[in-house]
Amino acid sequence: MTDQVQKIVEIADDELVLGWRNSEWTGIAPLLEEDVAFSSIAQNEIGHARALYELAARELGTTADELAFDRQPDEYRCSRLVQLRLVPDWARTIARHCIYERADQARIEALKRSDDAELAGLAAKIDREEAYHRMHAEMWFDRLEDEQRFKAALEELEPLFDVRDEHIPEFAELWEEMTMVRRSVAGATW
Amino acid sequence: MAEDSKHPTGQPRRTHGQSPRVLTAGTASGALSEAQVWDALAEIPDPEIPVISLVDLGVIRSVDVSKDHVRVKFTPTFLGCPALEVMRDAMAARISALGADPQIEVVSDDSWSTDRITPEGREKLRAGGFAPPAPREIGGPKLVQLQSNAFRCPYCGSNDTALENIFGPTPCRSVRYCRSCRQPFEQFKTI
Repeated sequence: MTDQVQKIVEIADDELVLGWRNSEWTGIAPLLEEDVAFSSIAQNEIGHARALYELAARELGTTADELAFDRQPDEYRCSRLVQLRLVPDWARTIARHCIYERADQARIEALKRSDDAELAGLAAKIDREEAYHRMHAEMWFDRLEDEQRFKAALEELEPLFDVRDEHIPEFAELWEEMTMVRRSVAGATW
Repeated sequence: MAEDSKHPTGQPRRTHGQSPRVLTAGTASGALSEAQVWDALAEIPDPEIPVISLVDLGVIRSVDVSKDHVRVKFTPTFLGCPALEVMRDAMAARISALGADPQIEVVSDDSWSTDRITPEGREKLRAGGFAPPAPREIGGPKLVQLQSNAFRCPYCGSNDTALENIFGPTPCRSVRYCRSCRQPFEQFKTI
């Protein structure tokens, strides 16, 4: 696997897992608006994961489904930040959202400048959608920035984005859930 | 690109010759033209906003008619939009109904923006109660714009509207509230 393909898979893993985690707020967010927002963000992130896996799969001679759902837990390259199950902690959820969107923006900007036109084009398309995630994170940051719980959550979670080597037990549980359909129905596709 | 020609609805249409010529697919009923394919695709409604067609939405990049098949390239609106597969299948079915072999290709590049929605499409959205997207500005949309009152209510035309939620019932929509006619409405996001 080339460095570039590995990077694409890494981003796709982040988006897939975060999309899954965000969807855990569906139906139980503290405000109806946030129920809609987190569900919609989850849908976007999983869409980005799929498009990125498809790009990587063409290079690797496999499929997006196999990359997303047929690997073993320790083969995923997702950040520890996205692995955490944060429901029902809203302060930490918003802190993760703010940290993630900022870090994601930086790497998407780098991909937009890639020599690979296909990758650069996909990154630019993803960025159009991510702009709305960033606005949402910005809106919540403005609301919570003086709150002690929120500040503590930022401090706790900030270092986790770059931790990718060792997965936490919560990820194994999520993996069971994410891959259940694929493991129980032969040939199930995205 | 010099080889691009425009369909009457404003969509780019690609032909492979230097001069206009009739391209045909091997159909039971005889020659099939690109214009016929565009007309057929213009009858397919968007699966989630059926007031607007796929041609109005600007997602169809090109139509190529050759001897053996009709190739359509199209771009997703939002990458996570579940309507993608529905659109693809609807186009394939419509082209099959014309007696041709469809080849539908999804192009996940950056060529689609809400600026590609046709003027007719924007009017259909407004009439259907969806405020059409604002034109995309350099640097993309900003929170401060969304929180301004620069968006018009599709029901009463007032600009006295407020952002209720950046997100809405589908990825492509935000929710706003009109203080003038006291009606919530859906605002197509600018991307």
